[in-house]
Amino acid sequence: MPYDYRPFPYTPPPGLTAPEPRHKVVIVGAGPIGLALAIDLAQYGVPSVVLDDNNVVSVGSRAICWSKRSLEILDRLGVGAKCVEKGVIWKVGRTFHRDEEVWSFDLQPEPGHKMPAFVNLQQYYVEEYLVTRAQDFPGLIDLRWKNKVTSLSHTDHVTLTIETPDGSYSLEADHLVACDGARSDIRTLMGLDFDGELFEERFLIADIEMQGDFPSERRFWFQPNFHPGQSALLHKQPDNIYRIDLQLGWDADPEAERQPEKVIPRIEKAIGHKDFRLDWVSVYTFQCRRLARFVHGPVIFCGDSAHIVSPFGARGGNGGLQDVDALGWRLAAVTKGHDPAILNAYDRERQHGADENLLNSSRTTRFMSPAPGAERLFRDAVLALAGKAPFARPLVNSGRLSVACTYPLTGPDDPALPQASRPGSVAPDAPLAQGWLIDQLGREPILLAIGQAAPEVAGLKTISLPATPELQSRYLGTAKAALYLIRPDQIIAARWLTATSAAIAAAAQAIWEDRT
Amino acid sequence: MTLITTPNLKDPDRTYAALLAAHKGLSEAETGALNARLILILMNHVGAEVFAEALALARAAGPSGS
Ligand SMILES: Cc1cc2nc3c(=O)[nH]c(=O)nc-3n(C[C@H](O)[C@H](O)[C@H](O)COP(=O)(O)OP(=O)(O)OC[C@H]3O[C@@H](n4cnc5c(N)ncnc54)[C@H](O)[C@@H]3O)c2cc1C
Repeated sequence: MPYDYRPFPYTPPPGLTAPEPRHKVVIVGAGPIGLALAIDLAQYGVPSVVLDDNNVVSVGSRAICWSKRSLEILDRLGVGAKCVEKGVIWKVGRTFHRDEEVWSFDLQPEPGHKMPAFVNLQQYYVEEYLVTRAQDFPGLIDLRWKNKVTSLSHTDHVTLTIETPDGSYSLEADHLVACDGARSDIRTLMGLDFDGELFEERFLIADIEMQGDFPSERRFWFQPNFHPGQSALLHKQPDNIYRIDLQLGWDADPEAERQPEKVIPRIEKAIGHKDFRLDWVSVYTFQCRRLARFVHGPVIFCGDSAHIVSPFGARGGNGGLQDVDALGWRLAAVTKGHDPAILNAYDRERQHGADENLLNSSRTTRFMSPAPGAERLFRDAVLALAGKAPFARPLVNSGRLSVACTYPLTGPDDPALPQASRPGSVAPDAPLAQGWLIDQLGREPILLAIGQAAPEVAGLKTISLPATPELQSRYLGTAKAALYLIRPDQIIAARWLTATSAAIAAAAQAIWEDRT
Repeated sequence: MTLITTPNLKDPDRTYAALLAAHKGLSEAETGALNARLILILMNHVGAEVFAEALALARAAGPSGS
């Protein structure tokens, strides 16, 4: 069943008739990132105006793989359950060379997490759910469709010109968050450029509808017999929609390749029958680039406007949601009078995250589409060995799927405690007597005491839990008890075997400062 | 482990001859591909640290240090 793209209603904005008072936050772009940020801010009681030049959700599936971390973030925003319910849950990926399986991975080998490793869900559904959720905050989220930003100037605040079907108007804001995607107009209007690589490769990306009994797995082929010399990806989505990516080579003509008479025979070969309907098709060239800095005075870049990656690690949308996660609580605090220097910490942390995503995505792209010479020589050698020797299989790179990065934080730490929960990491989830740990964390700093009573710290929320087997292995290791200080974005800020109230208070204070 | 840079082969001529024999009759492309597979196999066997040292030595021994 094809998705029903219902246009969202445009209403003439007040600024067309009379100047609007200066807004605290204007978000440009109602893609997944802009919408998520508006909801995050609204949950902190902070109003925002969201401008989008269009009036429908993403056309075509685009982002389909949503990571565990994204699902946890979406859950905090109120749409996680909907995404999991509708999405196709998967955790196993299989990689083939020709027709032989050479490598497989399991992204969530242990149970005891509220969210699965990944769900596949078309970007249009995620956007639809976020738009519906945004409507729960009528006084806080002012969503304006068919409002295109065409000019921008900034001093300590931002002044915009916005075009609508009824003419243009101007708007002022203390902060502008550019969530306007890979081709960001804000980036252009600011005269900023991307650094990084463009890969000389084209991929055909298609959604097809077919009745099939295909397992919920990611399947990737290098040089399959049905598409000689190139690579291919098949992935299941809800509504009997399947995503197919076919590598085309750099010489392919994107216009010609997009035509159904070219596309249909290729897909027939890939799936081995004609019993499907073409839902969406597009030809992409992929880039791995980012802005040098994401914060420019009152203008903040978030999501694809700040960084773009090739899609094979599903690090674009997932990386963008982690930007939102690192920005929302800090920007909310700044709108309430906090020192804006805290936004430097957003900039630093998300540059770190973006670099990790760029590194992984470019390595994958290089493996998939090696340059002639040594790159090609070693890539082919790895594939040739992978069928014969187990050591070569982990070298096969068809995408290193998005996992949350660990920020390089220097808060108090005790090396006796497990590596996975060191400062800078997302607090690992665990089942509780009732519900899940992840639901108890976030929105404000929290002191989590495991296996001991939490010391009293003025103004700090505390949670004390007995050491269940999951908490033991994820938070204690060989220790009997520990204290964890967890940020509003569920990132571990500091941890101790035991600590004084003064030491904890100092670490809690540091969360709100521009410190590493 | 560190890279062994002193003689480590009991019969160096024999091992060297085996390497040449493996390449005998191969085209330039086939020779390149065989070498690539061989390097990957040995890279895994010796591990990251020794491999990094081997890489540095190989580069240093080249015409312009590359
Ligand atoms: C083929 C493909 C597959 C992908 N697969 C995955 C995946 O599996 N997992 C994953 O996580 N990511 C994936 N991605 C990446 C993902 O789609 C993007 O990272 C994501 O859309 C970024 O969201 P965004 O909100 O930053 O930008 P966008 O979704 O691009 O939204 C930007 C919005 O800004 C609006 N806008 C633009 N200019 C203006 C203006 N001047 N004024 C007002 N509004 C404006 C646009 O209309 C748009 O609504 C994939 C991408 C592609 C192309």
